[in-house]
Amino acid sequence: MSIIAEAKHLKAYYITQSYGIERTVKAVDDISIEIKEKEVLGIAGESGCGKSTLLKVLLGTIDPPLKIVDGTMQYEFEESYNVLSMSKDEIKQIRWTQVSYIPQGSMHVLNPVRKIRDIFHDFIATHQNLNKSETTKLSQDYLQKLGLSGQVMNAYPHQLSGGMRQRVTIALATILSPKLVFADEPTTALDVLVQRGVVQLLKEIQQREGSTLVLVSHDMGVHANLADRIAILYAGKLVEEAETQSIFKNPLHPYTQYLIESLPRLDDKTERSSIPGRPPALDNPPEGCRFHPRCPHAMDVCTKEVPPLVDIGEGHKTACFLVSEEKT
Amino acid sequence: MIHSTDENLLDIANLTKVFTLRQGFSTTKLVAVDKASFFLKATQPEIVALAGESGSGKTTVAQMILGLTEPTSGIIRYKSKDLTKLTRQEKRSWFLKEVQPIFQNPFATFSPLKRIETYLFETAFNYNVVEKENVNQYVDDILGLVGLSLAEISGRYPNELSGGQAQRVSVARALITAPSLLVADEPVSMVDASLRMSIVNLFRQLKDEKAVSVLYITHDLATAYYAADRIAIMLGGWIVESGSVEKVLGQPLHPYTQNLKQSIPDPDPDRKWEGQVNLAVLETDEFTNMGCKYASRCPEVMEICKQKIPTDFLVENRTVKCFLYEDNNPT
Repeated sequence: MSIIAEAKHLKAYYITQSYGIERTVKAVDDISIEIKEKEVLGIAGESGCGKSTLLKVLLGTIDPPLKIVDGTMQYEFEESYNVLSMSKDEIKQIRWTQVSYIPQGSMHVLNPVRKIRDIFHDFIATHQNLNKSETTKLSQDYLQKLGLSGQVMNAYPHQLSGGMRQRVTIALATILSPKLVFADEPTTALDVLVQRGVVQLLKEIQQREGSTLVLVSHDMGVHANLADRIAILYAGKLVEEAETQSIFKNPLHPYTQYLIESLPRLDDKTERSSIPGRPPALDNPPEGCRFHPRCPHAMDVCTKEVPPLVDIGEGHKTACFLVSEEKT
Repeated sequence: MIHSTDENLLDIANLTKVFTLRQGFSTTKLVAVDKASFFLKATQPEIVALAGESGSGKTTVAQMILGLTEPTSGIIRYKSKDLTKLTRQEKRSWFLKEVQPIFQNPFATFSPLKRIETYLFETAFNYNVVEKENVNQYVDDILGLVGLSLAEISGRYPNELSGGQAQRVSVARALITAPSLLVADEPVSMVDASLRMSIVNLFRQLKDEKAVSVLYITHDLATAYYAADRIAIMLGGWIVESGSVEKVLGQPLHPYTQNLKQSIPDPDPDRKWEGQVNLAVLETDEFTNMGCKYASRCPEVMEICKQKIPTDFLVENRTVKCFLYEDNNPT
């Protein structure tokens, strides 16, 4: 599979200055990641670990106080785009038509005073020269293809159920057949049934359109269902990256192991422990491996050096001295 | 739910809440909670989960129990006293001590401008639970129950704590008055995945060690299964199935519960979802159905479901509101 987007040694910091005190939050710290064509890449991690910031950088929406300190980021479509050096207008050219984005809490992004039909028209007409009846037909056909009821076209957003609103937003974000879709926590705060509906819709679109989906979520259950490959972030660092099967069957990093073990499952009431301690604040992360204060296997070296991300074969990468020490 | 013969800690019978919505000259009535009945045992502490999708009326039930919303009809009895008939004095000196809430978002529970420990001290003083000179020790002991200490949180503002810590402080605040019942409305949905289990484990521990009962309101069925003893599943204001959590989530009978169970994302890539799920299109669809509120989505829908409202049937030690079980005895 060819690579559709690639980030190398990305460092994106929030740098703020107030009353002469400079504060740097290292939200994305030296992350390299490849996104392969037509795959579903899951990005997992708890809140405040840099998931959303990474997504911003991958999308090219860098606004102060977020600053790119180092690294490169490229899209490889018919031609290649260097995201970090593109101007706002250039990014606008490829936004939604090539690269699309489903924002967090996307059930609240619809304009409350316009009918869904008009929202679709506003959206499409900005990018393509079509009149109202054409856009209505286009959107109706698309909704039908996705198995969504045509009833929604004449409704206002508040009349739709939460799950329907979410799915309309997803349809809106993908109607111009983008090649690369980023979804930021698309299922958070939804109940299980709606969550399942949304995941099915995302999968349906990805398979039908042959697009690439990058799914950011903290819910490992959703990743297990949808992702081909999973990247685990912890405190601004990529700690593990592997095929979904290997992440769940053979997690190597202690943080990933905790994440998977702490998940409650049906038909099992045995006591499950949560990860001790709390995630670090990113303006003053711990030295060495950022997980070492919470890690049960922490060694001397973990407190001093940053573990490198090593490939242990079959694309399974992890940044932990437990693994890399063994290898050398 | 089947009524036990003993006096119950909390007894809810035919609880109904109707919201009247006015749009211009038209008024529509929305039945948010429709004749809900369940109970919490007094003989032993237990965790009862109230689960269902968003908009099913879970939070309205919690608000009525806490006295924040007046029920339209129905009875709420706590320790065999009717809550709607309490005087203000009784409410302050007795009920509010006995029943304490825990809310969804720990950062919205606490004012960002106040140091977090002031909430603990204020609660202790307002309810006169402890002598002034012993209050530090008392608060520290309570914080110890939730795995924190006064030294750890003293002087800190809510934003300096992690979501899990802030939520544990809000549990500690609720425990200050030594309540018998905690009403926890979605207590883990805003807490990080890695810290979620610490809150749920805390409820289990409080039940075992402090004999505190918990009404655990959630849409997360996996944690409900993990924490609760019994569960009631809500749909469109109804309680459609209730009973022991192993039974209801283990072998669900109501088609809605079956659908819910299948939709829990399993953290196992070998067990992915199959088949399609039907969702409601319009917000008000299910509240305005003539018959069963699940009829428009139910895979086993019959003619009768569209016309008549099912009653509660007693099946295998639980109640199920579904015509599929009509041959069993109505409760």
